[in-house]
Amino acid sequence: MSETRYVIDPVTRVEGHGKVTLLVNDAGEVTQARLHIVEFRGFEKFIQGRPYWELPLVVQRLCGICPVSHHLAAAKAIDQIAGVTQLSAPALKLRRLMHFAQVLQSHALHFFHLASPDLLFGFQSPEQQRNIVAVIRQHPDIAIQGVRIRKFGQQIIEAISGKRIHGIAALPGSMNAALTLEKIQPFLQGIDTIIASCERTVALVQTLTEQDADFHLDFGYIESPFMGLVGPQGELELYDGNLRVIDSQGQILVDQFPCARYFDLIQEQVKPWSYMKFPFLIQRGTENGWYRVGPLARVNACTRIDTPKAEQARQAFRQHMGAPAHSPLLFHWTRMIEALHCAEAIKLLLEDPDIQSNDLQRSGVKQHTGIGVIEAPRGTLFHHYEIDDEDRVTRANLIVSTTSNNQAMNDTIRKVATQHLDGHSLTPELLNLVEVAIRAYDPCLSCATHAVGTMPLQLQLQTESGALLQQLQRNSDGTITA
Amino acid sequence: MSARKLKVATCSLAGCFGCHMSFLDMDEQIVDLIELIEFDRSPLTDIKTIGACDIGLIEGGLCNDENVHVLQQFRQHCRILVAVGACAINGGVPALRNRFTVQECLEESYLHGVGVVEAQIPADPELPSLLPQVIPIQNVVKVDFFLPGCPPPATAFVEIIQAVRDNREPRLDYPMRRFD
Ligand code: SF4
Repeated sequence: MSETRYVIDPVTRVEGHGKVTLLVNDAGEVTQARLHIVEFRGFEKFIQGRPYWELPLVVQRLCGICPVSHHLAAAKAIDQIAGVTQLSAPALKLRRLMHFAQVLQSHALHFFHLASPDLLFGFQSPEQQRNIVAVIRQHPDIAIQGVRIRKFGQQIIEAISGKRIHGIAALPGSMNAALTLEKIQPFLQGIDTIIASCERTVALVQTLTEQDADFHLDFGYIESPFMGLVGPQGELELYDGNLRVIDSQGQILVDQFPCARYFDLIQEQVKPWSYMKFPFLIQRGTENGWYRVGPLARVNACTRIDTPKAEQARQAFRQHMGAPAHSPLLFHWTRMIEALHCAEAIKLLLEDPDIQSNDLQRSGVKQHTGIGVIEAPRGTLFHHYEIDDEDRVTRANLIVSTTSNNQAMNDTIRKVATQHLDGHSLTPELLNLVEVAIRAYDPCLSCATHAVGTMPLQLQLQTESGALLQQLQRNSDGTITA
Repeated sequence: MSARKLKVATCSLAGCFGCHMSFLDMDEQIVDLIELIEFDRSPLTDIKTIGACDIGLIEGGLCNDENVHVLQQFRQHCRILVAVGACAINGGVPALRNRFTVQECLEESYLHGVGVVEAQIPADPELPSLLPQVIPIQNVVKVDFFLPGCPPPATAFVEIIQAVRDNREPRLDYPMRRFD
């Protein structure tokens, strides 16, 4: 049977660059969906020969959306290289504060700036409406709330690292500087408003989801295992902890798995049509071993959240949506539960006098390997480095969050296309829905290729051999032409 | 102030999106700014192809042939083209790969990587071909303004836009000029 290919290029309102091909057989069934990651940076090679202490500075420039997560994952790795197994309490708290601020700002960015137009105006609203400008015009209160949550996170990052984006904070076994009371004061004054805004947003997503529950739950529904870091009691953990994997029924498959042995848990498959690899659980193999990471995975996998409001929100989520919940659009709800958790955790840290202490430095005996694992906004992030006697990097391996969701995104797109492909013809509606599906995962394709770019969109119909049959393109005036 | 809004398109080539994020770091000022401008093709909108624009903001240098194509389209459609950030101006961190061949970089990631199975170098008609070196955008098109920094501060974006609106040279005073 011959197959027909549809291409969506580029996909917008996600952070990165990619396109989608749908392979369709003669019967009009979607046999495969491929999200092509078309960019390649070559980080693993070009970092070789650089001094290891540069890593947190260079590596954060892979992604300007979650630079702090890369900065800190690399920092955790270089702590180990510096032989430091335990940071001082003040240094650890400053890092955690910075990371909560990162997750908060990134979740706010995704929800308000990128995803909220779909949720507020509907998935089939006119293109001119589907952007943050329209949200500012029509729902100014919601938009401003989002802008302020993001701003708050960015300002904390700036206070700790000197800049909102690509600052300098972490050093091997240390942090650059503590916070002063003067710097902390305005945040202490503002944090209750931010917590309240996050609570309202959780309620808003819940309402938007439940208003149209059938669509939300059915849209692109797939089942999979989930992975995330947890603390010693199984609690949600974003900075440290060990790995937990639950299966699609919610049973714990792997628990308290040490991050330093991640290569015994997962491997990555290469496919010829994408620069993004396909990680899988070794015990389940390439076909069945794929899993999901990110807010939905973490909220599903953890036993509890150790801040009260977020924990209440988590319990409500489980009650309404099941445990584990699988529908991709539920990423949005869980993303805001996590934002609420970050805001609550930020408050506790701001009130902790340790973040003003200058007891920051620890040292140890140099090691040749460092593996830093962290929960970035979009999921588990692995940084692995080896160095030589001259302190130069000899080997690097990164598995970024979006990469772990690679197979899941492809399967979700295939499901959506199966649900909504109208015979053999490409429709603008399908084009929208495929993007909505991708956006639920908040993919950072920049991270995934170890750089971010834009994703405009073009939908192409091709034969298996690659001949172009039909093309749909969205123009700048909003019209769609062949 | 002219009644017509300035059309602004933005894109990220071989960049990290940090410059776009810095643009959003203007925070609440965006509410006033959207009275001055209208976004055309940008990662913030669903517009996929660029129309006639007043300002094109380019983040990132050039690492593959698709980047070159997008850049040329921006040049054709934008009255004023701005190289935003260290990557667009100098290649930035992605240009660190210029010490190696493309083949060496691909082999390291896809053949010699930790825990890689079915090792092979991706090759598919959907994948654009990589340029041998990462190059700055002014190597390929004429650039009207350069905003240095990694990333440039939000205030610099606002200043560029206001300068174009007022038909004057941008005044990038020292705090707006970053060299990091
Ligand atoms: S200049 Fe800096 S912030 Fe801008 S794209 Fe390059 S690395 Fe990112």
